Amino acid sequence: MEIVLAAGIGVFAASGVWLMLRPRTFQVVLGLSLLSYAVNLFIFSMGRLTVGAPPVLGKGAEVVSVDDPVPQALVLTALVIGFALTALFLVVLLAARGVTGNDHVDGREPHHAEPTPENPHP
Amino acid sequence: MSSNTLLAAAAILPFLGSVLAGALPSRARNVAAALAGLVTLTSLGCILALTPQLAGGSSVVHAIDWLPSLGVRFVLRLDGLAWLFSVLVLAIGALVVLYARYYMSPADPVPRLFAYFLAFVGAMLGIILSGNLIQLVLFWELTSIVSFLLIGYWYDNAAARDGARMSLTITAAGGLCLLVGTILIGRIVGSYDLETVLASGDTIRNSSLYLPALVLVLAGALTKSAQFPFHIWLPRAMAAPTPISAYLHSATMVKAGIFLMIRLWPVLAGTDAWYWIVGTIGMATMLIGSWSAIFQHDLKGLLAYSTISHLGLITLLLGLDSPLAVVAAIFHTVNHATFKASLFMAVGIIDHETGTRDMRRLSGLWRAMPYTATLAMVAAAAMAGVPLLNGFLSKEMFLSEAVDNMGDHPIHLALPVLATLASAFTMLYSLRFIRQTFFGRPPHDLPEEPHEPVRWMRIPIEMLVLTCIAIGLVPNLTIGPALGRAVRAVLGDATPPYSLAIWHGFNAPLAMSVVAMGGGIALYVLFGRRINTNPRGGPWLMDRLDGGWLFERSMTGLTKGARALELWFGAERLQPQLRILFLAALLSALAAGVARGLDLFAPGRLTAFDPAFALMWLVGAACAVGAAERAKYHRLSAVIFAGGAGLVSSLTFLWLSAPDLAVTQILVEIVTTVLLLLGLRWLPKRDEAIPAPASEKARARRRRIIDFCIASFAGLGLAGFAYAVMTRPASDGIARWFVEEAYPQAGGRNVVNVLLVDFRAFDTLGEISVLGVVGLTVFALLRRFRPAPDSLERPKQQHHHDAYDRAREGRKPGDTAADALLVPRVVMTWLFPFIVLLSLHLFLRGHDLPGGGFAAGIALTIAFILQYMACGARWVEERLRIQPISWIGLGLLIAVLAGAASWAFGRPFLTAYFAYWELPLIGKVPAASALVFDLGIMVLVVGASALMLVALAHQSLRRTRSAEAEAERTGEEAA
Repeated sequence: MEIVLAAGIGVFAASGVWLMLRPRTFQVVLGLSLLSYAVNLFIFSMGRLTVGAPPVLGKGAEVVSVDDPVPQALVLTALVIGFALTALFLVVLLAARGVTGNDHVDGREPHHAEPTPENPHP
Repeated sequence: MSSNTLLAAAAILPFLGSVLAGALPSRARNVAAALAGLVTLTSLGCILALTPQLAGGSSVVHAIDWLPSLGVRFVLRLDGLAWLFSVLVLAIGALVVLYARYYMSPADPVPRLFAYFLAFVGAMLGIILSGNLIQLVLFWELTSIVSFLLIGYWYDNAAARDGARMSLTITAAGGLCLLVGTILIGRIVGSYDLETVLASGDTIRNSSLYLPALVLVLAGALTKSAQFPFHIWLPRAMAAPTPISAYLHSATMVKAGIFLMIRLWPVLAGTDAWYWIVGTIGMATMLIGSWSAIFQHDLKGLLAYSTISHLGLITLLLGLDSPLAVVAAIFHTVNHATFKASLFMAVGIIDHETGTRDMRRLSGLWRAMPYTATLAMVAAAAMAGVPLLNGFLSKEMFLSEAVDNMGDHPIHLALPVLATLASAFTMLYSLRFIRQTFFGRPPHDLPEEPHEPVRWMRIPIEMLVLTCIAIGLVPNLTIGPALGRAVRAVLGDATPPYSLAIWHGFNAPLAMSVVAMGGGIALYVLFGRRINTNPRGGPWLMDRLDGGWLFERSMTGLTKGARALELWFGAERLQPQLRILFLAALLSALAAGVARGLDLFAPGRLTAFDPAFALMWLVGAACAVGAAERAKYHRLSAVIFAGGAGLVSSLTFLWLSAPDLAVTQILVEIVTTVLLLLGLRWLPKRDEAIPAPASEKARARRRRIIDFCIASFAGLGLAGFAYAVMTRPASDGIARWFVEEAYPQAGGRNVVNVLLVDFRAFDTLGEISVLGVVGLTVFALLRRFRPAPDSLERPKQQHHHDAYDRAREGRKPGDTAADALLVPRVVMTWLFPFIVLLSLHLFLRGHDLPGGGFAAGIALTIAFILQYMACGARWVEERLRIQPISWIGLGLLIAVLAGAASWAFGRPFLTAYFAYWELPLIGKVPAASALVFDLGIMVLVVGASALMLVALAHQSLRRTRSAEAEAERTGEEAA
C-alpha cells in the first residue's frame, strides 16, 4: 500500500509541477490543483496508513487504536481553502485574460512584437 | 512632582505638542507658535527643576521595561552632559520659536513647521536623554527623518527637495551604520544600557570588534555632524527656512553627532585608531570648512561652511585624546551654538528686510539697521574669537591643546600650525562678512528698502548675544557650574583641573591667537577685493572636494547597480521564477537529505498490499498525467481528468480510515469542477497562428525537457520522502491525547471534527475568515470583470442550435437549448430538498460521526448550484433569494459569538461547553457550544462558495444584459 500511495503522490506532484511550469494560465491553475492533491495526500500520509480504523470512537466512546486524527484535521481545512484558492486563481486568470487579451502567464505573448501606436494589436 | 515625572514630561511633551500642532488649521500661525513656545518652555522648566538633583555628579534615571526578553529597557537618563545639551536645545528652541513666529510669512502653513519643529525637539531630547544605546539610535534616525521634513518644508522649491533628500540619504545611511556599531558594542559589553557601557571602556577597547564598532559608530556621528567628506549635505540644507537653519545647524542636528562622540568618548577614545580617524577628519573638516567659507557670496552659505569648520574644530578636539581637550570641546559646543544661532537669525533678518543674502549686492546696512548690525557684529566677533567674547575662551583652549598635544614626531608640528591657519581663515571670513554687509557705500538697488525688523524678532538675537558677552566676560559665574557638571559626567574622576579665566598670561596660545587675528586681517586687506569679485562664487581648489557631483554620481551609480542586479536576479517572467523556485527547493531538499544520510528504503512497517488499491491508483496516475497532457488544448477533458484524480484521492481517504476527508474531498471536487467549467467559457480558443521562429522552437523544446526533468525529480522526491516516512514507525505524538480526550473534554466521538471545532477552533476561525475574504475578493474582482472581446460572442454551439431551430418548422431559436438535458434537469430540481436534508444530516452528526460544518456547507452549496445549472440563474433567483455576502458575515458572526460566549462564564475565548439533551421524538442530541461554532462554519462556507460560483455564473448573464442594452440602443438609433 505504502509504495502505491507514494508512487501516486509522486505522479500527482510531477504532473502538477509540470503544469505549473507551462506558459498558459489555465495550465497553471490546474497544476496547482493537482499539486495540492499531492500535498494533501502527503500530509495525510504523515499519520501513517491505517485500514479500517477511522478516528471515530464507538458508542461508548471507548478509546481504541485509530488513525492519527491530526493530519486529517489539517488536510480537511486545506481542502476547503484549496477550493477557495482555485476559485481565486481562476478569477484572476479570467480578469488577466480580459485585461491583457491573452492567457499567457506573463500577460503577453513572448514572441509577439510589442504594441506600438501604429499597431496596437500586433 | 517626582523627578521621574518631570523627566518623562520633558521628553514626551514635544511629541504631544507636535501632534497637536499638526492638527491645527494651516493658517493658525499664532496658536501654533504659542503652543510650540509653551511646550518648549515647559520642557525647559522640567529640566531646570531637576538641576539640584545632579549635584555631586549624580544622575536622574527613569527606566521602563521595553523589550524585557532582549534585555532592552526604555531609559531616560539625565546627567550633567545631558542637562547641558537639553538646556541648549530647549532654550535656543524657545528663542527660535519666537523668531520663527515673525520670520515666517502668514501665507506659509506655519502649524506644519511647528509640528515638525516640536517633533525634532522631541527627537533631539530623545537622543540626549537616552540611557540605552538602541533607544538612542531610534531617536537618532527620527532626527534624520524630521530634519528631512524640515529642510524640505518649502517642498515646491527644487533646491529644498534636493537638500532634504541629500541630508536624509547621508544622515540616515550614517544612522544605519551607527545601529550596527551599537549592536557590536552591545555584543562586546553584553548590554545596551548606557551606564553599563560607559563602565566597560577597557572591555570595549580590548575587544577584537573594537575597530569595526568604532568605524561604524563614527560613520554615524561624522555624517550627522557634517564632517568631511560627508559635509556636503549641510550647505544644501540651507534651503530650509532660516529659523530652521538657525536651529539645526547651531544647537541641534549637527550637534547630535558631537554629542554622541562626547557621550562615548570615555569608552571609544584613547586608542591610535580614534586619534587618527577623528583627529584627521576633524582637522580636514576645519580647514576645508573655513577655506570654503571665505569664498561664499551667500550669507547663509558662509555661515554653513563656517558651521562645518567649527564642527571640525570640535571633532578635532575630541580626537586629541586629552581630557582637557574634551573640556574645550564641550565648551566650544555651547559657544558655537550661541553665536551661530544669533548669526543665522541676523542673516535671516537681513534677508527678510532687504530681500537678498548676496554679499555682492549688500553694503552699508549699518546705516539702515544699526541695532541688528551691532548684534551681528558682536556675534561675528565671537565667532572670530575676539577677546572678551565666549568664542575667544574656547579658541584659546583649543590652541593651547593644539600646542600641548604636539608630540615628538615632526608631523605633529602641523597641528598648531594648521590650527592657527584655520583661526586666521575664521578671522578673515568674519571680517569679510561684517565689512561687506554693514559698511561701505550706502545700500542701493536692493529688492526691498532695508529697515530694522519688528522689536520681537530681535529679542532672540539680543538674548543670544548677551549670553555670548556674559560667558565671555564672567565665564565662571555663567557657564562654569553647568560646564563643570557636564565635564564631570563625561570624565568622572579623570576630570582635569581647568581654568576659565580670560587672562592666562603671555603664552603660546595667546601668541597664536594674535598671529591668527593679524594674519586674518592682513589676508583680508590683501585679497579681500579678489575674493569679493570672484565670479565663480566657489572656493579656489575646492571644486573636486566639495562635490554634490560626488553624491549625485554615487546615487546614479547605486541606481544603476540596483537596475543591473534586478536584471540579473529579478525574474520578470513567471516561468523562470517558478523554475528557480522548484530547483532551489529540490536542491535544498537533496542537500539536507544527503547531509543527514537519509535512507529512503529502510525496512519498516508495511500495510498489506491490496491489488484493488493499486488498480485504483493506476487510474489515478493516468488521470493526473492525462490532465497534464491535455490542459493546453483540451481544457474540458483536462478538467474531467483532474476530477478523476480528485476522485481517486477521495477514495484513498476513505480506504485509509479518513471518512471525513473523503466526504469533504468529494464535495469539494464537485464544486471545483463546476467552477472550472464555468470558467472555461471565458478562455481563448486555440490560436494555431501564434508564430514561432525555428530557433524559438528548439529553445521551447529544450525548456520542455528541463521542465520535464524538474517535474520528474519533484515527483520522485516527494514520493521518496512520503515512502520513507510512511514505512517508519510513528512516534507517539500528540494524536493519542486528542483521541483520549475528545469525548471526556469535548463530548464528541468524531475526533477530527472535535479537533476542528474545539481543540483547534481558533485555527479554524482563522481559516474560515480566509475563506470569507477569498469569497469577497472573487466577488470584487468579478464586479469589475471585462471579458476579452473574442469571448463575448455567443458560443459556436448556440449558433448551431439556432441554425437547427430556424431550419425546422414550428421551432424558434433557443428551443434546442431550452430542451437540452430535460430529464436530468427535472431530476436535479427535485433533488433540492434531499440535498438540503443531506446537508443538515451531515451537519448534525458531525460531532460524533463523519460530517461536520465544512462538508455540510459545501453540500448545501451544491444544492443551490444544481438549481442554477438545471434552470438558469434567472429562474432560480426569481424563486430563491440567497444572499451569499450576508451569509459570510452571518457565519463569521455566529462563530465569533460562539467563541465569545465563553467569556460570559469567565473562560478564555472559544472554550467549549457541552452536554447531551434529551428531546422528545428526536432523542438524545448533542448540545455542545462547539455545535454553534460549527454552524458558523457551515453558514460561512455556504456563503463563500455560493458567492464565488454564483458571481462567476452571473458573468454570462451580464454579457446578455449588455448585449440587450446594446441592441436596444441601436434599435432606438435606427428608429
